[in-house]
Amino acid sequence: MIEIRIHGRGGQGVVTAAELLAAAAFHDGKVAQAFPSFGSERTGAPVTAFCRIDTKPIRSREPVTHPNVLFIQDSTLLHQVNVFSGLSDQGIVMMNSTRKAEELGLNDWIVQHPEVEIYSFPASDLAEKHLGRSIANVGMVAGFASVTGALTKEAVQYAIQEKFPGKLGALNVQVAAEAFDYVSSHKIGV
Amino acid sequence: MKQQIEGSQAVAQAVALCRPEVMACYPISPQTHIVETLSRKVKAGEIGNCQFLNVESEFGALSVLIGASAMGARSYTATTSQGLLFMAEAVYNAAGLGLPIVMTIANRAIGAPINIWNDHSDSMAMRDAGWLQLFAEDNQEAVDLHIQAFRLAEELSCPVMVCMDGYILTHAFEEVDLPTQEQVDDFLPPFEPVQVLDPQDPVSIGAMVGPEAFTEVRYLAHHKHLQALEAIPRISQAFQDIFQRSSGGLLKQYHTDEAETLLLALGSVNGTIKDAVDDLRTEGWPVGAIQLCSYRPFPSHALRHVAHNAKRVIVIEKDLAVGNGGIVSGEVKLALQGLPTIVDTVIAGLGGRAISKAAVIDIVKAACLEGLEEPHFLDLNWEAINRELTKQAEQRRSGPTPENLLREIGLSSGKAL
Amino acid sequence: MSYQRVKFYQTGTFTVGNRLLDEGDRTVQARTDRSNSLNSGHRACQGCGEALGARYALDAVMRATQNKMVAVNATGCLEVFSSPYPESAWQIPWLHSVFGNAPAVASGVAAALRAKGKTDIRVVAQGGDGATVDIGFGCLSGMFERNDDVLYLCYDNEAYMNTGVQRSGATPARAWTNTTQAVGTEPGNPMGIGKNLPRIAMAHGIPFVATASVADLHDLETKVTKAMSIRGARYIHIHVPCPLGWKSDPAQTIKVARLAVESGLFPLFEAEGGVVSDRTPIRKQVPVEQYLALQGRFKHLFNPRDEEALAAIQAIADRNIHLYALLPTKPAMET
Repeated sequence: MIEIRIHGRGGQGVVTAAELLAAAAFHDGKVAQAFPSFGSERTGAPVTAFCRIDTKPIRSREPVTHPNVLFIQDSTLLHQVNVFSGLSDQGIVMMNSTRKAEELGLNDWIVQHPEVEIYSFPASDLAEKHLGRSIANVGMVAGFASVTGALTKEAVQYAIQEKFPGKLGALNVQVAAEAFDYVSSHKIGV
Repeated sequence: MKQQIEGSQAVAQAVALCRPEVMACYPISPQTHIVETLSRKVKAGEIGNCQFLNVESEFGALSVLIGASAMGARSYTATTSQGLLFMAEAVYNAAGLGLPIVMTIANRAIGAPINIWNDHSDSMAMRDAGWLQLFAEDNQEAVDLHIQAFRLAEELSCPVMVCMDGYILTHAFEEVDLPTQEQVDDFLPPFEPVQVLDPQDPVSIGAMVGPEAFTEVRYLAHHKHLQALEAIPRISQAFQDIFQRSSGGLLKQYHTDEAETLLLALGSVNGTIKDAVDDLRTEGWPVGAIQLCSYRPFPSHALRHVAHNAKRVIVIEKDLAVGNGGIVSGEVKLALQGLPTIVDTVIAGLGGRAISKAAVIDIVKAACLEGLEEPHFLDLNWEAINRELTKQAEQRRSGPTPENLLREIGLSSGKAL
Repeated sequence: MSYQRVKFYQTGTFTVGNRLLDEGDRTVQARTDRSNSLNSGHRACQGCGEALGARYALDAVMRATQNKMVAVNATGCLEVFSSPYPESAWQIPWLHSVFGNAPAVASGVAAALRAKGKTDIRVVAQGGDGATVDIGFGCLSGMFERNDDVLYLCYDNEAYMNTGVQRSGATPARAWTNTTQAVGTEPGNPMGIGKNLPRIAMAHGIPFVATASVADLHDLETKVTKAMSIRGARYIHIHVPCPLGWKSDPAQTIKVARLAVESGLFPLFEAEGGVVSDRTPIRKQVPVEQYLALQGRFKHLFNPRDEEALAAIQAIADRNIHLYALLPTKPAMET
């Protein structure tokens, strides 16, 4: 089972990211579950959402405390919230940033967790380019699909169009496509 | 058709397929997504001539439905927590009048301290109001129970609460098989009221009843619940015949055969419990689980039949009878009276605290190896409690307890992370 | 006005009968085919203003709707004296839920009628002043603002009579009740508190608001009939003396009610869309003392005479007369 925890701030589409992951997994014929860290968060406050993807029914509804994948949609959270809590030693981190992981003050952590793969890429900039809104969620989902192969590109596009009908969906599909290619061609990471 | 969908959206779709005629709603988290979706459907003309009333309170919402149902209209609302308590007088009244209203309870804790997260304190507070209470394990079951609830309510002329865990289910985005309109129409006949306000045949509904007949009227309300013990499994079976899946019923069993220890719970925590049972069985522990689907009526006979060979029943309940302990466990004890079975009460998941598989496994082992104090509070932070108790003993003006505890636990603004 | 006023005072008695009138001008109650919403044999006290007002109002609704009506009743005297099982006095479809929700229940009935396309059936909600101005106020305001097709009838006897005479938000200045006792420096209900629900109803901008009194039953019937010609939220506030709670002579109910009107303490008016559109002038203003002196609940104002309180109550009446232009010679204030 893939267990994903998404960190961001209220208004950054954190819950939508989790739902897009689950919807794409569903379209790939998998079983998925997405849910927010329930609260009365306001715009700008730290927010968490979760997604589980499996090939068999998912019964647990616990929050994801031991993720094997982390999304960090807002790198300013790195020093406010313990985003890495419980992350698997072989985990994957998808980071929305224009900077490399080393430039984010994570050197010590990286040394201590040599098998964790960190992919840092400017997901929100890609969204800004196509949508005029710097919202990282779609790019993060596409980047994750590209890096891991856990979701097909087609399923991600389908999930996006389902979530955002019409023109907004089409623009978001462009964001996803560029993120998908960006991550695979730039060989980003540490 | 299978869809990846939010629980609230799925329930709203299911309710719409039941062709409600009047809905009256008041916002409270976490049920709002359900009624928002329904309001859009009504406004878009997708639910026939259904009327959607935005009212001034939950008390007003259920009161509107009392009038609508007495006028013969299929009536629906959703609420939770403080909202359910705010409508409490109407909750009892709707049941007393025998009006088959269906209401979703997106189960949530009751304040103070104010808390918007899940537990079962709200519907438990209304357990004796005369409504049937059905609990869903997942969103598929929540959808299915709503469809069954209308048939059950209208057949018995008794209101039904469909309880689904707030946030945990209402906000979970997962796979749900939504039925077609044809399937629902096959299963759910039009509402034929047993009493109705009709100028052609005027009756008085809600007349005063004195001691000469009050007990008899109350017995007949109880009798409806006895009838429900038969109707719930029958309607669940009828549902399965049309929809090709099993949902609802009085209770469900998981590896109960030859289990020495049975876990018993209501609602979504049963998923975690099943995972825990699998792990424990792998380790050789003879454990099983009972999911109580119908809490009202309480299926005492069915429960006794399932549990009579067990040495121990551990009731994991998301509520607390302050000053006594467990609510559900007390009723389980009554159902098993005369048997040597030990019944443990585990108070867990209050105010949204997650119940982990690891904690369930630990509590089963602790109960079997050492026994549990009664009641047992899962994952209680004794350190914080003892510090607060000390403070209260030392100074008269010790201040507001919730704030003190938040400070103790380091969540108050001054010490945030 | 499109009807002939019944000039009771010309008969020299305080009878409410109108046998001297032409048949066409008589009240519904005087007709041979009267509808009898509330049958005889109920358990109201002698001289009950509420029973009288309810019967006249609901019979007028029945006539206006050709009997296609439903009544929703709040808890209170009317519900208790009319319904004890198994002897309901109601000849109409009647629903009682709880104390504070009659307006919402009626909204639900109206919504069900809309859903079923049966808009020829009309719904009336009714309650006493406690149910209306206090405990049911939230639901009432909601029904008003949604402009639900409900006529709400408030039978105002100025206190909680069913529970044994306790103060409500409609209890008048200086009146004794069991929770505003005639003791202390300001005996009775304090001056300057309470609420005026007809004005509050008007503030919702609903299509029709009226006040009425059992002192003028023909006027009451006319207002009810007019209300039933209108769709949307409508409110009629009916002054109904309670001999028990007012400590007045049951035989004097009509006289007491009439003095409330003629003193100016209970102005009769209509409002459409939030604006006063009509009022019933007073032929000759009587001093409030005449009204107060008939009621034991104001006894403490007379023994010894509390000139200050009497003057203050007279000022309330005078203000009403000015506000609603109840005396032809006085100019109307902007309302």
